[in-house]
Amino acid sequence: MSGLLKTFKNGIFDENPTFVQLIGMCPTLAVTTSLANGIGMGLSATVVLTLSNVVISLLRKLIPSKVRIAAYVAIIATFVTVIDLMLQAFVPSLSESLGIFIPLIVVNCIILARAEAFASKNGVIKSAADGLGMGLGFTIALSLISAIREILGAGTILGFSVGISTPATVMILPPGGFLTLGLILGIMNVIKNRKGGKKS
Amino acid sequence: MIGKLLAISLTAIFVQNFVLVKFLGICPFLGVSKKVDTALGMGMAVTFVMTLASMMTWLCQNYILVPLRIEYMQTIAFIVIIAALVQFVEMFLQKYIPSLYSALGIYLPLITTNCAVLGVALLNIQQNPPYNLLESMVNGFASGLGFLLAIVLFAGVRERLEFSDIPKSFQGFPIALVSASLLALAFMGFNGMTFNF
Repeated sequence: MSGLLKTFKNGIFDENPTFVQLIGMCPTLAVTTSLANGIGMGLSATVVLTLSNVVISLLRKLIPSKVRIAAYVAIIATFVTVIDLMLQAFVPSLSESLGIFIPLIVVNCIILARAEAFASKNGVIKSAADGLGMGLGFTIALSLISAIREILGAGTILGFSVGISTPATVMILPPGGFLTLGLILGIMNVIKNRKGGKKS
Repeated sequence: MIGKLLAISLTAIFVQNFVLVKFLGICPFLGVSKKVDTALGMGMAVTFVMTLASMMTWLCQNYILVPLRIEYMQTIAFIVIIAALVQFVEMFLQKYIPSLYSALGIYLPLITTNCAVLGVALLNIQQNPPYNLLESMVNGFASGLGFLLAIVLFAGVRERLEFSDIPKSFQGFPIALVSASLLALAFMGFNGMTFNF
């Protein structure tokens, strides 16, 4: 049980896909213009990641290793299509604002990376825990970036005003995406270096 | 006709730059932009595959998916086409143009998971009014050129960053992202431009 919890936590902190592994950058930068979009994208990716991890883990002994990548991509694409159609049906506004980044979850490196690095080698329950952990790590990262960008760029949070009279629109435009992520990574390094300095 | 194609190209390269405006293909943009040479190789490989992928996915959409009314299979069909295409291009180059193959080398297989390729395929068929085959291919080619331009410019900046005095915590990715932000800011100068020839 503690092993499962460790696998789950691993994705959120130690191997956070966005802040530590720096993978899955396209949606990280593109859809984080508002907190609602960030959470929506994060949760959609989490669902796809968990389901594809489970199925790939179940099939790991049946898939010949030569065609495994193609098989993984087909499995992932199936779940992405399911999510895409469900979002279109039940949350059309989110589906519209995420646009082509929903079908592009297929080529999100996080999902293929976890399939290859974890689900193809581990049991079903462990793979599910890994998928959930990584997905939540991704969701938390997206929420943080999108909250900063929405507050500074639009002066709102989840659509409610926070009382900034002249928001810096550039923060919700592409340059703001790169800048926010660059500064977050830099600040995380500052904190890490401080901690390391104290220990030694 | 030529005027329209030119307008599509200029828009795809500058106004709607794939990397810096649309945020597609960020992984290779950050991953293989440490040197101008490798950036050039990656950019060329992507341009080549994007042009071919635009053609193949357009044909698939209009001659297979739409007549059979299975448009919902789009994502799966397109990613399979792209994966097969990349594999095919790799084998073809290895056999007939080995010099180009060794130049592009490891970048080719990586392109399957480059979201710029699937992105251009999906965007091509969402156009209103719809693109014809030639327009799709030109859009694919020009979007690839936009990617090439962005990644080469960025690699040039990063080569200079190597010799700059940067605070320890900001070395590597953080400063690269901040530079990318400035590059994106420069490209915003093209924002809203329209071309009529």
